[in-house]
Amino acid sequence: MSALLKVEKLSAAIDGKTILDGLSLEIPAGEVHAIMGPNGAGKSTLSYVLTGKPGYEVTGGGATLDGEDLLALAPHERAAKGMFLSFQYPLEIPGVPALTFLRTALNAQRRARGEAEIAAPDFLRLVRAKSAALKIDFEMLKRALNVGFSGGEKKRMEILQMAVLEPRLAILDETDSGLDIDALRIVSEGVNALRAPNRSMLVITHYQRLLDYIRPDKVHVLAAGRIVASGGPDLALDLEREGYDKFAALAA
Amino acid sequence: MSLAEALATGDLSRLPSRRDEDWRWSDLRGLIRVAPPPSPVWDGALPAGPFSAIAAEEISLVNGRGPDALAIAPGETRTVALRLIAAPNSGAHLARFEIAVGEGATLTLLESHEGLGVDYLVETDLDITLSEGARMERIVAASDAESGVAVAIAQVTLSPRSRFSQVLLTGGARRQRLETQVNHPGRQAEVRLDGIYELGDRRHADITTSVTHEGAGGETSQLTKGVVSGQARGVFQGRIIVREGADQTDARMGHHALVLADTAEVDAKPELEIYADDVACNHGNTIGALDAEALFYAQQRGLSEDEAKALLTQAFLNAVVDRIEHDGARNFARDWVAARLEARS
Repeated sequence: MSALLKVEKLSAAIDGKTILDGLSLEIPAGEVHAIMGPNGAGKSTLSYVLTGKPGYEVTGGGATLDGEDLLALAPHERAAKGMFLSFQYPLEIPGVPALTFLRTALNAQRRARGEAEIAAPDFLRLVRAKSAALKIDFEMLKRALNVGFSGGEKKRMEILQMAVLEPRLAILDETDSGLDIDALRIVSEGVNALRAPNRSMLVITHYQRLLDYIRPDKVHVLAAGRIVASGGPDLALDLEREGYDKFAALAA
Repeated sequence: MSLAEALATGDLSRLPSRRDEDWRWSDLRGLIRVAPPPSPVWDGALPAGPFSAIAAEEISLVNGRGPDALAIAPGETRTVALRLIAAPNSGAHLARFEIAVGEGATLTLLESHEGLGVDYLVETDLDITLSEGARMERIVAASDAESGVAVAIAQVTLSPRSRFSQVLLTGGARRQRLETQVNHPGRQAEVRLDGIYELGDRRHADITTSVTHEGAGGETSQLTKGVVSGQARGVFQGRIIVREGADQTDARMGHHALVLADTAEVDAKPELEIYADDVACNHGNTIGALDAEALFYAQQRGLSEDEAKALLTQAFLNAVVDRIEHDGARNFARDWVAARLEARS
């Protein structure tokens, strides 16, 4: 099977400092892969480079989605192709109700793909159903996006946006950080409900705990800007037991 | 030194200049070398005013000519559009208008400054008096011409338990000053002075306010927000004076501006002068760019850079729009903001 996401020898720097150093990774359609690694290994940088955040300079290698060069596209074009990043720290957008933001985003993506915009009643029906599944109070969606939301509410809002936007490749950056066990369960159920044969996910996490809830098909260890080991779900348990030290040594 | 004096005497040396502290960012003397001729009568047709759809009554002053007063009888409630028009043949003129809102009466004033001419030089003086318990909300839509020079000064005198609110919406002019002076008696009187400026190209707008709290127990709330791009210049000067004896005054002033181009400029001068005890006064002033992290977040969700900027800018300005009490005027202001940002992107 051909890979949906293919990252080949990707190197990237910020302010002249190399963060990703020849990283290669392939995720076939329908699979969930996890990336684990110590702080500063480049996990968040990988998510930002793949989604096009300004400030990161790609110094080598490439990345494709469904065979198409991702790095040549603007961030919103990558989003329209199906790239979605659930932020570790979702941004607050004062003055823009969550519903307005989400409808604007969905319609922008649809327009970019040459599809018709979604009608208001259909949109509301869609969001009502998805937010109920994530136990998000619909009234909350009338408030400014993420403003005054708790950490757990912000993460659930991220998953709601993912559910509505239906990406091809979702990157979940430290989605478990700041979540209590109930919120973790709700968020994980939301993510698991989105697993589909044509959708892949990249779950970035520092701790193994999240992977008890979102079972990955494959686990990769990222250290010093490179994938230094890959394996099945058991690799996460090894890491939890033995720590990252021996992998850091591999990268050196 | 004032534009009104210069217009009355024809003596341009009486124009306020950058040497006058209150006019340092809105110099007129250095700008105007030759005054345009006095505005003649206009007897041609005029387009409909911006508020004609939501106001039952309409008063027009064209080239400074027209009715000179509006009185709202005690207890009455009215919504009136006041059109201050610089006609296509306008030159230099002074327009004066008096408004008296009677005891317990309510006036929604939908005021439009319509600059239909070129190179005009206009001052508008408004004298507003609110009797005890009166309420007035003033919405000003200032659409001056790119080449126009306009000064509008509103002098507001309040009575106890009255409430005066205003929001200024302006796209600027060659040089434009919108000034509001409020005489605040305290004694449960309330004042809200808001403003929005959206400036591009080489436009200039100056929002200047001065509120003098004379008596105890008064409230003033101010929020002005602006966006400048191109080579535009926005000016905000807000002065609050709390006189001796005006205890328990509660005054809050905020001015926040987004500067979207290196060539654009915002000058702000908040001033609090407090001579009373036990007062709550504060001011906040920020001038900056759009939050880069929020911009990327919106783009990651599918908005283009321009769409993301427009959305965040609109949200920034709408915080002022949301404070407008009159439904029709609030919708007007929201559409005004949206239309201006759409034209800009």
